[in-house]
Amino acid sequence: MNNKADMEGLRGLAWLLVMQTAGELLARLLPLSLPGPVIGMMLLLVALRWSAVRLPVSSCADFLLKHLSLLFVPVGVGVMAHLNLLGDYGLRILVVVVLSTWCGLIVTVLVLSRSPRDD
Amino acid sequence: MTDMTGFVELWVYLSATPLFGLTATLVTYVLAHAFYMRMHQAAWANPVLWSVVLIAVARLITHVPYPRYFSGAQFIHFLLGPAVVALAWPLWQRRADLRARWGRLLLAAVLGGAAASGSAVALAWAMGLPQEIVLSMAPKSVTAPVAMGIAEKIGGIPALSAVFAVLTGLVGAVSGRFLFRLLNIPTTTNGWVARGFSLGTAAHGIGAARAMQVNVDAGAYAGLALGLQVVLASILVPLVFHFLR
Repeated sequence: MNNKADMEGLRGLAWLLVMQTAGELLARLLPLSLPGPVIGMMLLLVALRWSAVRLPVSSCADFLLKHLSLLFVPVGVGVMAHLNLLGDYGLRILVVVVLSTWCGLIVTVLVLSRSPRDD
Repeated sequence: MTDMTGFVELWVYLSATPLFGLTATLVTYVLAHAFYMRMHQAAWANPVLWSVVLIAVARLITHVPYPRYFSGAQFIHFLLGPAVVALAWPLWQRRADLRARWGRLLLAAVLGGAAASGSAVALAWAMGLPQEIVLSMAPKSVTAPVAMGIAEKIGGIPALSAVFAVLTGLVGAVSGRFLFRLLNIPTTTNGWVARGFSLGTAAHGIGAARAMQVNVDAGAYAGLALGLQVVLASILVPLVFHFLR
């Protein structure tokens, strides 16, 4: 394994952090109501046309996204700690959350699967 | 007896360091994921769901307060930012396909997001829930930190919106497959695109993470959908509520 391949993952992470930082800066400087990482994603989408960015980012991004589930565990545990906020409304809230999530899933999937490309 | 106090002291020391929360999170997730694989990736065995439940129960039994747990878990939580940036990669790989169907995707994102948010607000109102709860429901289809920001703008309670967002993600990740099967969505490339995009739209990152485990196309489009939903919801939800007032 040569030196360059060794550094690829770290370089990829560095690019991701640079894009996120640029995104956070833009989010604060411009009157945008978008979160920094989302602006960072758009910047990276443009930067990926250069192989100096693309090659390192690909290995690092694949790794991060493969384990995306793990990254939601700390927030999830926090939510469990705040379940008492729901108080007496717990059951009704659960019904609303379940039904509205299904509603969103069904509408989205139907709009796309009725696409003319299928016919 | 001295052994016992020694153990307690050791425990008090360990549970106070960030190492504890980080180790507990990673080890629990690795175990939950092994169980998920053994169950042939059954939706009910979702590794996020079980990791969260196990750690929450362990925290209750051991009386470790959330801030102390988070002092370690934050190192994992922090990676959510770079992971969102990384979503550009699967999109770039599918750029030709995206160009071909962007109109339909945008339509699905707007209608799906409006359906999720609108039905949540309408149902909560119809069931007689208090106004702060109704308002906190509106941004629940976007990832928790963004949902909190939107809730603040429209007069909801940010912490509540975060709770609703995470519950929404779990509901979508666990029930998506049954719903799609019920609707006869095929498992062709187009079917996976529709399934993934739907999960990312209505169940943000937790739904997208599930999609990425099941199919690469589903995962890529789930990533696109969650990014689009963040953009759309940050702009449209405050706008709609501004005119409703």
